[in-house]
Amino acid sequence: MSLPVGVGVPELPLGTSAGLLESLSGFVKELRNAGIPVSLTENLDAMEALKHIPLEDRDAFKYALAATLVKNNSHWKTFETVFEVYFSLRGREYHLVDGVDDEADDLISDLLGPREGESSGSADGLTHEQLAEMLFRALMDGNEAMLRAIARAAVTRYAGMEPGRPVGGTYYLYRTLRQLDLDAVLQRMMETARDQTHDELTDLEDRLAREEYESRLDALRREIEAEIRRRLVADRGAEAVAKSVRKPLPEDIDFMHASREELVALRKAIAPLTRKLAVRLARKRRHGRKGPLDFRNTVRHSLSYGGVPADPKFRYPRPSKPEIVVIADISGSVAAFARFTLQMVYAISSQFSRVRAFVFIDGIDEVTDYFKSTEDITAAIHRINTEADVIWVDGHSDYGHAFEAFWDRWGRDINTKSTVLLLGDARNNYHAAQAWVLAEMAKKARHVYWLNPEPRSYWDTGDSIVSQYATHCDGAYECRNLKQLERFVEQLG
Amino acid sequence: MASAWRGSLRNIGKAPVGGPPVDCLSWLPGLPVPWKETTSVSDSVPPSDTGSARFESPASVREGLRSVGYLPDDGIAGVVYLADRLGKPILVEGPAGTGKTQLAKSVAELTGARLIRLQCYEGLDESKALYEWNYKKQLLRIQAQRVAEDDGGKWTDIEEDIFSEPFLLTRPLLEAIRAEEPVVLLIDEVDRVEVETEALLLEILSDYQVSIPELGTVSATQIPLVFLTSNNTRELSEALKRRCLFLHIDYPDLEREKEIVLTRVPGITESLADQVVRIVRSIRSLELKKAPSVSETLDWARTLLLLGIQSVDADTATQTLHILLKYQSDIEKAAKDLSTSSASTSR
Repeated sequence: MSLPVGVGVPELPLGTSAGLLESLSGFVKELRNAGIPVSLTENLDAMEALKHIPLEDRDAFKYALAATLVKNNSHWKTFETVFEVYFSLRGREYHLVDGVDDEADDLISDLLGPREGESSGSADGLTHEQLAEMLFRALMDGNEAMLRAIARAAVTRYAGMEPGRPVGGTYYLYRTLRQLDLDAVLQRMMETARDQTHDELTDLEDRLAREEYESRLDALRREIEAEIRRRLVADRGAEAVAKSVRKPLPEDIDFMHASREELVALRKAIAPLTRKLAVRLARKRRHGRKGPLDFRNTVRHSLSYGGVPADPKFRYPRPSKPEIVVIADISGSVAAFARFTLQMVYAISSQFSRVRAFVFIDGIDEVTDYFKSTEDITAAIHRINTEADVIWVDGHSDYGHAFEAFWDRWGRDINTKSTVLLLGDARNNYHAAQAWVLAEMAKKARHVYWLNPEPRSYWDTGDSIVSQYATHCDGAYECRNLKQLERFVEQLG
Repeated sequence: MASAWRGSLRNIGKAPVGGPPVDCLSWLPGLPVPWKETTSVSDSVPPSDTGSARFESPASVREGLRSVGYLPDDGIAGVVYLADRLGKPILVEGPAGTGKTQLAKSVAELTGARLIRLQCYEGLDESKALYEWNYKKQLLRIQAQRVAEDDGGKWTDIEEDIFSEPFLLTRPLLEAIRAEEPVVLLIDEVDRVEVETEALLLEILSDYQVSIPELGTVSATQIPLVFLTSNNTRELSEALKRRCLFLHIDYPDLEREKEIVLTRVPGITESLADQVVRIVRSIRSLELKKAPSVSETLDWARTLLLLGIQSVDADTATQTLHILLKYQSDIEKAAKDLSTSSASTSR
């Protein structure tokens, strides 16, 4: 076969089987669908990179694609998932048809060595108890090959996967894990660890052992998940599976519907984000604006040009820092949103002359002090949730009463320097709106903004009365994810 | 030249040391071709214009870095290898103190190249990064001309003369481009410069050349390995990212960190190293302002060694926490956690 000698167009090695090329383009398309920006040049770079790595080395293949296609660490997890789907291990042992699962058990018996008595090693040869026992031993020794084999056997046995059934991987994962009962396994491992040492374990050793075992269990869990995914791919094809396992990037996660796992991802994502934001705002402040013309200074300098004001001088810019007042609804549905907004505002509090925080459900309470006493925002949020006095009658959101109470107690503190942020979905449970409070507030404050974590299309549906409030505000913004929140906070500073 | 790359390309076909057997290709769909048949095809792949390759394979990078005392994981070795082959810069990102700068230094040491380092800071401009005209020397030259010829030489002669190479002060970037011998260029903490200054780097990173209006374009005689490090304090521009390979260096996993401790802290016992990295991992799992980095782990291990401690208990750990953590609130939190959580799990 003759190959063109052009250098610009990357030529794939291996006589470029069409299958590989097709998989790659599907892969890149899925990355884009998942929200990772992959430019054309990057795509070409990836092809070029593949020329240089040994293709049979799957890890090298993965790193080559990652280095060329993913330029942001927070996208790594998404990349990994898509990679696992598109380039998962394929082979007949992953098909969902009966009778080909023996290999897993064969592998187990290989690893165990010849067992006394029966040596059939078929799936029927292992009872539930035997498998559990082997799992326990493999975990204690940290035997990875063994764990992999057990994960495979466990999926075959417990997940109950059927070809063509349109069920997501989570369901199968749940079924498998329920049968394995990993909590009990951990308990047993800890007891064994304690028995093995003749002296008593010190507290620290105990803790470290537990963490070690937990990390091994995590590895097992990941292995099981991967195994299920492989079989799904073998059954339904990469594209369908990719669609079903697609997860939003951390900056696109919806605050209101975040799962527990996603909340953890959000918490991890917000720290670098706020740090970047703070740096950006500080720079903007230092470089951005020029002060007004300094007339005296200009005239003085004009003397050296014979009285011509050739070199205008400006006053040192001293833009006044706004004072921020955050009033947040922390009832269940929007609690996560309030948490992240408070965290972000406090992380950049050096950009404001003062930050005051109020939280409400149907009663309202000031929580500024919680943030003052500690540097740790998580601790402050915890105190808010446990100590703040926010319940007046029944603990259902009542914006009207909360605003009224705020105006009575703290209304006189609002002045022309204050920027008020109101956080909530304005779902008022059909109580009185008391929108006059906002009208008064808007007269006195510099700005009043409303941030709503609901999508705009849901506003004013049901008991949401956001537009009654928004008419008095300088702006009402949809803040469903970190991206939108970041954009808003940036224009604030 | 041609035979040189041919020889190195042939090695690609060979399975890496300890790599999976050939039938593992089952993970690549649509590849019925057994590997052996295709080696000849890949031999006829046209050469990329990267010049001579420094490394044979990712495995050789790994071994090489190991020999100079840097323990890379597979990802790091793989990306360094690719950067060499593709002639592209590497953008290294990750938490502080995980060995980003050290990677560049180690690669330089491994390849026997000179390390040219450009430390970025806010306000860096092209006269500090690229080149500058030596004004003093230019002035002297003009005066010398006046003294020598009273009738006054033609201005154009002088002008041509003073904007020539002897009057050019090379700064790191230009120096790396003009170097005859192999160099490694390290652009450290690139996120500290302003977005506008980033544009300075683009020409170098993509074409390995610098345009000087008075002299013309200076192209690289050999392509240097370029490392850019970033602590991620701001988002770098798309244009810059697109030109680079991306490498994220995170905290190493338990095994690797232990190995690092064992190599970098001579005289430490295996059991102490094991305890040290386990405790550090435990501390990293807390929500802290700044998690302990690898260099801090090393400092801590050295301290324990100096104090003559054979095994760490909770008290020693809390007393020496200030070496691992730099914020008072973090220290308090970790100390509290180390003492209370163990009390709750105790029998």
